[in-house]
Amino acid sequence: MIRPRLPAPIACAVFAFALAATPAAAKDTGLVFVSSENDNAVTVLDGKTWQVVKTIATGKRPRDMRLSPDRSTLYVIASKSNRVDVIDIAQLKLTHSIPVGEDPEMFDLTPDGRRLYVSNEEDAQVTVIDLATRKKVAAIEVGEEPEGVKFSPDGKRLYVTSEVANMVHVIDPATNGIVANLVVGNRPRRFAMTPDGGEVWVTNELGGAVTVLDGAKNAVKGRVEFKPKGFRADEVTPVGITMSRDGKTAYVTLGRANHVAIVEVASRKVTDYVLVGNRAWGATLNRDGGLLYVVNGLSDDVSIVDTASRKVLRSVPVGRVPHTVVVDD
Amino acid sequence: MTDAMDRAPIPPARAGGPATLGRCWAAATALALLAALPGPASAATTKPAAGSQPNAAAPAPARAASPAAKAIRIGFLEIESDARYDELRLKPRGLAQPLGRPYAGAEVALRESRFVGEAVGAGFALEQVAGADAKALVEAIDRLHKDGVRFFLIDAPGAVVAEVSQAVRGRELLLFNVSAPDDALRQAQCQPNLLHTLPNHAMRMDALAQFLVSKKWRSVLLLEGPLPDDRLVAAAFERAAKRFGVKIVETRKFVLSNDPRQREQGNVALLSAGADHDVVVVADSDGEFARMVPYRTVRARPVVGAEGLAAAAWHWSWERHGAPQLNARLEKQAGRQMADPDWAAWVAVKTIVEAVVRTQNAPFAQLRDYIRGDEITIDGFKGNRLGFRPWDNQLRQPMLLATHNAVIERAPLAGFLHQTNNMDTLGFDRQDSRCAF
Repeated sequence: MIRPRLPAPIACAVFAFALAATPAAAKDTGLVFVSSENDNAVTVLDGKTWQVVKTIATGKRPRDMRLSPDRSTLYVIASKSNRVDVIDIAQLKLTHSIPVGEDPEMFDLTPDGRRLYVSNEEDAQVTVIDLATRKKVAAIEVGEEPEGVKFSPDGKRLYVTSEVANMVHVIDPATNGIVANLVVGNRPRRFAMTPDGGEVWVTNELGGAVTVLDGAKNAVKGRVEFKPKGFRADEVTPVGITMSRDGKTAYVTLGRANHVAIVEVASRKVTDYVLVGNRAWGATLNRDGGLLYVVNGLSDDVSIVDTASRKVLRSVPVGRVPHTVVVDD
Repeated sequence: MTDAMDRAPIPPARAGGPATLGRCWAAATALALLAALPGPASAATTKPAAGSQPNAAAPAPARAASPAAKAIRIGFLEIESDARYDELRLKPRGLAQPLGRPYAGAEVALRESRFVGEAVGAGFALEQVAGADAKALVEAIDRLHKDGVRFFLIDAPGAVVAEVSQAVRGRELLLFNVSAPDDALRQAQCQPNLLHTLPNHAMRMDALAQFLVSKKWRSVLLLEGPLPDDRLVAAAFERAAKRFGVKIVETRKFVLSNDPRQREQGNVALLSAGADHDVVVVADSDGEFARMVPYRTVRARPVVGAEGLAAAAWHWSWERHGAPQLNARLEKQAGRQMADPDWAAWVAVKTIVEAVVRTQNAPFAQLRDYIRGDEITIDGFKGNRLGFRPWDNQLRQPMLLATHNAVIERAPLAGFLHQTNNMDTLGFDRQDSRCAF
C-alpha cells in the first residue's frame, strides 16, 4: 500500500543524484511535494523513504498547489510574488511563472486543465487565468478574503469561500457569474466533494464544524461537529479536508486541536480522531487512499497517517510553515 | 512608517472646515455599495474579456430584484477635540497609544459587510457624528434614535462614555465603547446596553502579568505617572500582580520634568537605582514619559507596560488568522497602520453584522439578545471565538503582547487555565464583577 509506483532503480537514482537522474516520463513518480510558506520553496520527498529528494526555490510565500490533469506539471501559488509558479515534474524544475493578481491564496484547475481560478485574498476577487496564453481572462468579485476554490467534478460549478463574509459563492464558470451566495459557519475555509458532486463539504475554522451543502440545490443541508477528547470547543478549528475517492470517508484537520477527524460521509458520524502535529491544516490522500499526508503549520512537519490502522507512521520534517502537500502517484 | 503618520495623522473625514456641534456625515456607503456593486474597490479591477460577466457578482437575480433592502444604520459618536488623537501625541507612536481615530476601523468593517448583508436583504450604513462633549453626544443619540438608529459606537474618553451611557440607560439601543479602557465602566459604572469591544486596563495588565510570570520575571519596579489615568493603569497592575503572584518591590512616582529640584522623580536612572528588580513596568497613560525609559535605567532590565512591550488588542505586525489582510485593508482606508481602537470599532461593526445575518435581520430585541448571548461567534482575527461576558458586557478576547514591530506572545499564555474559558483569566471574571445591571 505504501509502495511507490516508481521502479526501484529509478527511486535510487532519484535519491542519489536528485535532479539529474529523474526519469523523462514523469508520471507516477511517487514523489511528495510540500510547499513551505516561510522558506519560499517546495520540498520534494521520496514517496517511499520520505527523504528529501530536492528543494525547489519558488516565489515568495508558496501556498496552494495542484497537479495538471496529466500530472506532468505542478502549479504552485506564490502569494507574495502575485504569481503561479509552474514546475515541470519530469525535471523537478521551475520552468516559468504566470502573474495572477494581488495576494493569491488558493486555486483550482478546470477539469480540462486549461484554466486556473485563483482566489485573491486582498482584492476580494477570483481571477481566471488561461494557461495557454498565460493571461488573465476575467475577474469575479466575491466577499472579502476568498480562500477555498474548488470545481464540482463535472466542472459546471465553482465553489469559493469568503472567510470574512462567512459565505460560499457558487459560480457558473461558463459565465463567471455568481449563481448563489450561501451563508455557512464562521470563517469558512476549504472544500471536499462527493464523487457525484451531490454533497459539498466546507470547513468552518471558527465555527468549529463542517457545513454540508447540497450541490444540486445550492442549499445548506447539514453540519458535522467535532469533539476530540480533552479539547474545548474553542480549540477545534477545522481547515483542511479531503475525501476518499469512493466518497465514503472524509478526513478533516482540526487545526489547534492537533487531530485529524475521520468521518463517515453517509452518516456524517465522526468515527475516529488521529493525533498529528501542531496546527494541522492541509491534508491529501495518496491515490489508493492508504496514506493520508497532513501538514502541520506550527511544527514544520508532515504527519503520514496509515488510514487502515489510523496510526501515524512517521513525522517528516519539512520547510518552515508547510502549507500544502501534493502526491504524484 | 513615520512618514505615513506625518501624512495622515487625522482621518480624511475630519480634514475640512471647523468642527461644529453635532455635525453629521451620512456615510451611507453601504447603500451605495448595494446599489453599485462591485463598489469602489473594483475601480482597480481589470475588466474581463468580452463575454464573461464578472459584475454578475451582484447576486442572484432574485436578490437584486429586491432593492428595498433595509439599511441598518450605525451611529458613530466622537469628541471633536479629543486630546488622545492630538497630532503631537500621535506622532511618537507610543506603544500603548492609538495611531489615529478609530472611525477608519468601522469603515473597513462596513465594506466587509457588503456581500453577507445582501444574503439577508440588509444593507449597513455609518453615520458619523462629532460633538463637543457628552451632552452633545446624548443629543445626537436622541436625534438618531428618533430616526430609527439602534446601534451606536462611541469613541470618547471614559468620563464621557460613563455620562452618555448613564443618560441613555434603559433606552432601546446598544452602545459600543471602542476606545475607553477604564475598569470602572465595566464595574460600578456598567450599563445593560453598554458593551465594550476594547479590552480594559485589567485585561491588559493581567496579560502582562501572565507574560512576566511565564518569563519568571517576578520582581517588578513600578513607575507611576502623575495623571489620574496613570493611577488607573497602576491600580490594574497592582491587582494583576496579586492575582498572578508578581512582586512589586518598589513603586516610584515619576514626573515629566527637567527641574533639578525634582530630579529624583524626573530622572530614570535615579528612579531605577533602588532595590533590585527583574523588570520595569511603566504606568503612563499618555506615553510621553514612557518612551524615554528604555536604555535609561541603571540596571540592564527590560521595560514593559507603556513601552518596550505592551499588552494590546491589536498590532499591525500580527500575522495570523487573516491579520495581514485586515491590516492591509485598514492601511488602504486610513493611510496608516491599525491599532487598538481601530480594531475595537471594526469588531463592533462586525458584531452587529454577524447578529443581523445569523438572525435573518430580526427585530432589535432579538438582535440585542443574540449579541449578548452565548451563541454568537465573533471573528476578531485573533484565533478565538469571541463573545461578550454576560456579567459586564466586556468582549472576551486574547491579548497580543507586542513590541514596536513584533507580537511576542498571545495571552492567555499556555498554562494559565480557567474552568470554563481560558480567556476569562484576563480581566474581570464573574466572581470579580461588581457590575449589577
